[in-house]
Amino acid sequence: MTRSVIIVGGGHNGLICAAYLAKAGYEVKLVEARDRVGGGASTVSFAGGYSVSGLAHILHSLNEKVCRDLNLAGAGLKAGPAVDTISLDRQGRHLTLGANTASGDGLSQKDIDAYRSFKNEYRAYAAALDPLMMNKPPRLKDMDGRDKLTLAKIGMKLRFGLGAKSMREFLRVGGINIYDILNEVFDNESLKGAIALDAVLGHHMGPRTPNTVLAYLHRLRGENQGLPTLPPGGMGQVTQAISDAAHGFGATIRTGEKVKRILVSDGKTSGVELSNGEQLHADIVVSNADAKTTFLDLVGTGELDAMFAHRVNQTRCKGTVAKVYLALSELPQFGDLSPEQLGHRLLVAPDMRYLEHAFNFAKYGEFSRAPVLEITVPSIADTSLAPAGHHVMSVSAGYAPYELKEGWEQQRTIFMDKVIALVGEYAPGFEQLVVGKEILTPVDIEREYNLTGGHWHQGEMTIDQSFMMRPVHGSAQYDTPIEGLFLCGATAHPGGNVTGIPGHNAAQRILKTQGESG
Amino acid sequence: MAKHDFKQVLEPTPFHARVDEQSLVKNWTSWNGYQTARVYDTLASEYFAIRSSCSVMDLTPMEKYRITGPDAFKFLSHLVVRDISKLQVGRVTYVLWCNDEGKVLDDGTIFQLAENDYRLCSQHHQLDWLLLSSLGMDVNISKETHEVAALAIQGPTSCSVLTEAGFRGLAQLKPFRVLQTNLHGFEVMISRTGYTGDLGYELWTSPENALELWDAIFAVQNLYNIRPVGLDALEIVRIEAGFIMPGDDFNTAETTVRADHDRSPFELGMDWVVNFNKPYFTGKRALIAEQALPIRRRLVKMSVKGNKPPADSFLYDGKSGKRIGTIKSQVWSPILKANLAMADVEYRNGVAPSEVWAEIYYQKELEWRATWAECRIIDKPFWSHPRRSATPPGQF
Ligand SMILES: Cc1cc2nc3c(=O)[nH]c(=O)nc-3n(C[C@H](O)[C@H](O)[C@H](O)COP(=O)(O)OP(=O)(O)OC[C@H]3O[C@@H](n4cnc5c(N)ncnc54)[C@H](O)[C@@H]3O)c2cc1C
Repeated sequence: MTRSVIIVGGGHNGLICAAYLAKAGYEVKLVEARDRVGGGASTVSFAGGYSVSGLAHILHSLNEKVCRDLNLAGAGLKAGPAVDTISLDRQGRHLTLGANTASGDGLSQKDIDAYRSFKNEYRAYAAALDPLMMNKPPRLKDMDGRDKLTLAKIGMKLRFGLGAKSMREFLRVGGINIYDILNEVFDNESLKGAIALDAVLGHHMGPRTPNTVLAYLHRLRGENQGLPTLPPGGMGQVTQAISDAAHGFGATIRTGEKVKRILVSDGKTSGVELSNGEQLHADIVVSNADAKTTFLDLVGTGELDAMFAHRVNQTRCKGTVAKVYLALSELPQFGDLSPEQLGHRLLVAPDMRYLEHAFNFAKYGEFSRAPVLEITVPSIADTSLAPAGHHVMSVSAGYAPYELKEGWEQQRTIFMDKVIALVGEYAPGFEQLVVGKEILTPVDIEREYNLTGGHWHQGEMTIDQSFMMRPVHGSAQYDTPIEGLFLCGATAHPGGNVTGIPGHNAAQRILKTQGESG
Repeated sequence: MAKHDFKQVLEPTPFHARVDEQSLVKNWTSWNGYQTARVYDTLASEYFAIRSSCSVMDLTPMEKYRITGPDAFKFLSHLVVRDISKLQVGRVTYVLWCNDEGKVLDDGTIFQLAENDYRLCSQHHQLDWLLLSSLGMDVNISKETHEVAALAIQGPTSCSVLTEAGFRGLAQLKPFRVLQTNLHGFEVMISRTGYTGDLGYELWTSPENALELWDAIFAVQNLYNIRPVGLDALEIVRIEAGFIMPGDDFNTAETTVRADHDRSPFELGMDWVVNFNKPYFTGKRALIAEQALPIRRRLVKMSVKGNKPPADSFLYDGKSGKRIGTIKSQVWSPILKANLAMADVEYRNGVAPSEVWAEIYYQKELEWRATWAECRIIDKPFWSHPRRSATPPGQF
């Protein structure tokens, strides 16, 4: 008998899980609340005639195995141009960072060499964690054969892949902060600021926060597959291709329908109820929603053990990044950067002290007086995103804490204008080019993307919320305490960004425990 | 009433003035932070007051919580392992509750006072667990230990004493039912509940009426033998009646650090309180899993041969055999003339050991000796009396 599955949410991970299960012969129905698939990785329009990636704008690494297994190229996935990172400087001494290369005025040969060896070393650490990434995280108690193999592989990779010296260094840096590491390795403040941004953006962390090295490794993992890219058509193009692949394997995809609750009786799920009251029944339910939404809203605490519900409720998932979309009448001028260079990933992260100060505000429920920015101008590579001659700019701006002391209602535009003014400090006259603008604070992201706290990773990527404890102890390995209910989103191991790995791993877990074919 | 003075280590209850007056030996202990008498006069006279006339015990230190709101029933049902759907206004039920792993946190009673209005009494402090368990439920939980003065009036003549003291309608009150009544113009709630296995009542009122209530009862002392009793006498009668005491007979889950030192309801012999045919409750999944396996150990009632007190004794499957358990609490029962014990005993393949022996250390004129005593596991309460449930109870 064919086994039936309902997937709650059509973010890229839900779509990938749907595709794998449909391919294996399961009868798959995916229900997405928004009017389009993709979740954080979608393309939206704004300001009448401009298009931009909804939340995620840079594709760091959609997992290669996923692309192959699901033949995403065949389903229409188009690769975009690879981008370097350019860290902006007020005096025009911009730094350009590639995977291994660093260049720019005022950068010493020592720092250039250090950058190469640092990146090689840290990518090796990230790779050493790979067995952990593509497998369910091993349980520490009651391990199965696969868990033991995973742990053994990590041990081997760490010890023999890295060598004794690197292994020792890896253990040293694992728990400390990126601030100390970068100060040990580099002299140039601007270089340190740019690297540190990758360790903190999206997290409730500043460079001096413990855990930032792990967060950096998570971010760096993608680079082992190649440089980040800007997908043509925006992120929605990527998820549309995954959706088409899932559809091709036989999955049914319904958008604009919100799941109100996950049906549970006698500790077992039997399907979902939509907000219009319609019930859909299935053997298995997979949730792409974050852990709090899944357990506290959709399942309900009445079906859970009290301490488990409490642990879910205690998980930290308050977002710190706002999204700003800008419609521009023409390309801005950042010092002597060429239009081609503006097509790369631009940062406002001048030094680590600046980042730490920016974070300080978030700790106390205020937004940064001087924010940190990650900027893309995707219309340079894909002119179809804006009317002829015009451009769109996408900005991820930190720190914009979910819980703002004064509330976001009055502060939203103030922060947006602060971001625009800040860009103007690097590109004089910028304000005059802005013909349309929109901001999504974490509160708006929560509402529009059905994402608790509007958190980048569907939950902080701290060590207590990672690996076998992600999202919480008692629901790791994609399983939940409810029989037949699984998690497949960034809320599960190994966490956020558009990687497809949680969706892939959840599907493997389901196939393994529920039968290889539907 | 006056607030507790922080310089006092132990808090006085609203009955303290009388309790202190009646206490001849001033043998105090802490019960949930309240100054409580272990013994007022002599243990024997207090014990026999419970078993053959009428006893009064200050019950105020028992933890009391008020639970109100639209989800109050849903909350309680999700909290406890028992099916409480038959609970109604004016009724009381015994319950126990577990953590996620199905290990017992505490036991107590739920009183339904009105629609969406309950009182939960427990042995130990539970506010944190109650609040934690209320996530997502529309309930209001507050501790009212200090806002409700409580007395236990227990013993064969207790109904007569309370009637003589001025309460009406008690004779028709069935066990686990509640009567809302008044005395001298103040409200008193009376429940036919107790911890002695005999006829008895618990009286609940506002602290400012405490002394008047106490005095009204002792006013009929000229007609009946009425004695205040302390915790030591209670310990004897509760074991005779076969009631478990969390924290003494087993480690409560909240205070357990070491693996396997906590206990499930099954391991306490409380299977009868667990109901799987009700909506989900905390620990249900774990308990269903546990029930599928042979039971590994059990808290049992045991009578121990001889007259040497088997305090803290190790238990063996034969004289000098393999160690299979320990005695958790024990008393000499004057009425049964026997050593009674609550003991934690290992089961093999889900079966009780066929023989249990206690190794007893005892002193003779300050010299230690050891002896062996055979033990017998007993399923029923050691002692019970038809008086406990007869309605109306006998009048004296
Ligand atoms: C400001 C910001 C910028 C970011 N930038 C980048 C970036 O540049 N690069 C990158 O790789 N990552 C980025 N991220 C992270 C990335 O967006 C997420 O990690 C990723 O989208 C997670 O994918 P997912 O499929 O697990 O979940 P989501 O994308 O969150 O998808 C979950 C889906 O479930 C749906 N859903 C939830 N509840 C229900 C319900 N009850 N009924 C029906 N549907 C429901 C939601 O509507 C949503 O579509 C960014 C995040 C933020 C917040």
